[in-house]
Amino acid sequence: MSNAGQKTVDEALAREFGLTADEYGNVLSIMGRTPSLTELGIFSVMWSEHCSYKSSRVWLKTLPTTAPWVIHGPGENAGVVDIGQGLAAIFKMESHNHPSFIEPYQGAATGVGGILRDVFTMGARPVANLNALRFGDPANPQTRRIVDGVVRGVGGYGNCVGVPTVGGEVNFHPSYDGNPLVNAMTVGVARQDRIFLSAAAGLGNPVIYVGSSTGRDGIHGATMSSSEFDEDALAKRPTVQVGDPFVEKLLIEACLELMATDAIVAIQDMGAAGLTSSSVEMAGKGGVGIDLDLDAVPQRERGMSAYEMMLSESQERMLMVLRPDRTDVARTIFEKWELEFAVIGHLTDTGRIVVRHKGAVEADIPLAPLADQAPLYHRPTAPSPAPAPLGPVTDPVGTERALMHLIGSPDIASRAWVYNQYDSTVGGQTVRRPGSADAAIVKIDDTSIGLALTTDCTPRYCRADARTGGAQAVAEAWRNITATGARPLAVTDNLNFGNPEKPEVMGQFAAAIEGMGDACRALDFPVVSGNVSLYNETRTPDGTTTAILPTPAIGGLGVLEDVSQAIGYGMQDDCDLILVGETRGELGQSLWLREIHGREDGAPPVVDLAAERANGDFVRAHILGGDIVACHDVSDGGVLVGLAEMVMAGGVGCTLVAPQSGMRPEAFWFGEDQARYIVAVRKGETFLSAAQAAGIAARPLGESGGDGLTLPQGGTISIARLRSAHEAFFPALMDR
Amino acid sequence: MKAGIVVFPGTNRERDMAIALKRVTGQAPAMLWHRDTTLPKLDLIVLPGGFSHGDYLRCGAMAAHAPLMAEVRAFAAAGGHILGVCNGFQILTEAQILPGALLRNANLRFLSQDCHLRVERADTAFTRLWAKGDVFRTPMAHGDGNYVADPATIERLEGEGRVAFRYARPDGTVAADDQAHNPNGSLNAIAGVFSENLRICGMMPHPEDLVDPLMGGEDGKPLFAGLVEALGR
Repeated sequence: MSNAGQKTVDEALAREFGLTADEYGNVLSIMGRTPSLTELGIFSVMWSEHCSYKSSRVWLKTLPTTAPWVIHGPGENAGVVDIGQGLAAIFKMESHNHPSFIEPYQGAATGVGGILRDVFTMGARPVANLNALRFGDPANPQTRRIVDGVVRGVGGYGNCVGVPTVGGEVNFHPSYDGNPLVNAMTVGVARQDRIFLSAAAGLGNPVIYVGSSTGRDGIHGATMSSSEFDEDALAKRPTVQVGDPFVEKLLIEACLELMATDAIVAIQDMGAAGLTSSSVEMAGKGGVGIDLDLDAVPQRERGMSAYEMMLSESQERMLMVLRPDRTDVARTIFEKWELEFAVIGHLTDTGRIVVRHKGAVEADIPLAPLADQAPLYHRPTAPSPAPAPLGPVTDPVGTERALMHLIGSPDIASRAWVYNQYDSTVGGQTVRRPGSADAAIVKIDDTSIGLALTTDCTPRYCRADARTGGAQAVAEAWRNITATGARPLAVTDNLNFGNPEKPEVMGQFAAAIEGMGDACRALDFPVVSGNVSLYNETRTPDGTTTAILPTPAIGGLGVLEDVSQAIGYGMQDDCDLILVGETRGELGQSLWLREIHGREDGAPPVVDLAAERANGDFVRAHILGGDIVACHDVSDGGVLVGLAEMVMAGGVGCTLVAPQSGMRPEAFWFGEDQARYIVAVRKGETFLSAAQAAGIAARPLGESGGDGLTLPQGGTISIARLRSAHEAFFPALMDR
Repeated sequence: MKAGIVVFPGTNRERDMAIALKRVTGQAPAMLWHRDTTLPKLDLIVLPGGFSHGDYLRCGAMAAHAPLMAEVRAFAAAGGHILGVCNGFQILTEAQILPGALLRNANLRFLSQDCHLRVERADTAFTRLWAKGDVFRTPMAHGDGNYVADPATIERLEGEGRVAFRYARPDGTVAADDQAHNPNGSLNAIAGVFSENLRICGMMPHPEDLVDPLMGGEDGKPLFAGLVEALGR
């Protein structure tokens, strides 16, 4: 083994690489000798939290992942579901949290690039991007810088590759001050008989590297800091990778062109841990061996070592195994698109990964134990105390002032400033753009099929009660899809939590997964892909660290056989307005409580999954039946905020009737009870009788029309006034 | 009308344009590769939107020197009809087939939103289905759409009636210094211009993305339907 000029490999170095003493002991026993530096690097990244899911695996396994329409669940690059007519939707969400704090633009941009590759590597043309973003307190001077960079980065990458960014969510909370969350989701569409997997096969088949050349960017990734290693050279390098969406666009077109031939045996993108994880996973899944010759790797810097090349996280690269007789076909396509194309190895029957560089064997590792003996931890969990029930609260401001304050507050204010920087129409298939429906609707070209897409999570509920919060995130995604008329099919999850070595954080994680599992089972809404991001901690002024709010972000996907049946939430004229679902007036953890009283306490609203299912199925049937012409789920801010959003989106006002008797107005108008929808129907009485016959709670809210929102006590707020309050927050924060 | 769409590395609205053209002509347009050196027989060439060559150097600068652009130039000189949208407009100005240049948007941010365009003349192949002064809605999606030219060029364009479209309020009034209705800050609110012979049109917004009621309207369709009427189905 050649380790010339390198540090001595020992337990101390292993610790620097993020391995524990026990894990290093296991490396020694697998290898039967001291590993080389490159080998230690490979073990350390493959056994990192990011690649091995060592803290989360035992819990992830409890999630439901199957349904008759699921083609591939977790374990592939992305989840695959049947959307009819021989087509499949392929989708996944992934985080890029830490890089986005250090360098918001590139952190967010490369997050988008990475998730795009996970989807098109399976043969899908990406048709939509979404995101879920969490930022710190708007009053924190850092927040503005991070929002600006992240939004520019998401747009800069997505706009250039020509994939419409059609939806997402943005929250603010001080717990994200030092640790924003950037979760990016991509949805693609492929023919079901043209889906590409990553398991390598075929003794002697060539291993091909395509895309950008390899540099030293991102070498240390999640496992170590740079300065101990090569202070002079590395200190200057950014630890965040730099994205090139132009190369990604070429890579998409070249890969899809090649995928139309029969050349590809297996393909995988080089994401986290780059060449290491792609080659190890492809060979490992296929039960074969792999020999790599690093001299053939396209390099953009001189003098790179085997260690550096194996751990580089340079962007826009893919690894493929090709049929040997089709190598020239592939080379011609990649040359047409002006991309690197290099044969860097071949498959063997040794069950080992062997890495050669400049005539020396730099790594020789048996693949089975590298995968099978990866660490797996049953980390201790501590339950969080149950939230104290919210006692009586007063209404110090009245209904109208509370509404005007809420619609301008950071978590409810118009997101137009954000999504107007994302190209949402490229592709010409965007049926419902941001700000017009509870889920974005994208048509599949040359078919009548529409996809309904959303991202959801209410982190404040998760902190108060992680199990309820986990269930609520899934239920809200299901509800948002339902509110367009689409049938919810499956979810991808992005589980953002703090340090799993803290029992209370691990307790939140476990409880959130239990809640998600409850909801996924009750709603037939399985998890088909996902990503876990741990160690999201933020520093408080006294120097200690505290975890972010637990944030299990859910990306939901639904389908409409006939996309022309999709509806939005824009108010339509001359309708009866009806509230579907039972209202108890739950103000615990509500935005009304936070914005009006400055309190974040009480129990989150109850998630009644049976009611969720029944109400949603009833609403969907009446959308597809044509009875409901506009529909909005009730979430942040409650019924009155939902009505105001409908009025602003549709440019049509409404007149409301008094809330249900025996309930305080603020509880009725601003309570965040779940499983509820506001629907606009042409014939209110008929709809109410149908609800009654079906055993669904429903009550009249008023009627639509006019150019303002008229409250039961008589005051009318003009649409213009509503909009001006709703639209002020982002420009005031960002454009000053 | 036989149309051809030029694809450069980084072009990304070629499919949108093909869908719009097919909708009005009933036939799929030819897709032309930037490295080609000959053109098929065409009635219309379209340079679509995107980020050709990543918008590196300047938007459209490298694409303007693609091998096929020599043929496009010859097609123009022979009186052919050319439509350049967004990046296609930028390429036409970089190739000096149309005058002026497109700078960064005045607010230095990418703008993806609907805008309203006022039709400045109706006696061209591109605008014949509208009347002068008509206003139509269309999406825009660009980072560099701020039209500029030197004062003499602007004077000439205005004098010769070569402004095709202006950003306007829904009621048709134009206010070049109102960011809400001239979002990218273009001089004289110019959203599109014609060549001297009125057979080449460059514009920043995307009429091809509003040709189907499902996508929110057909406001952009008259442009394509008018071309079919002028150039034959």
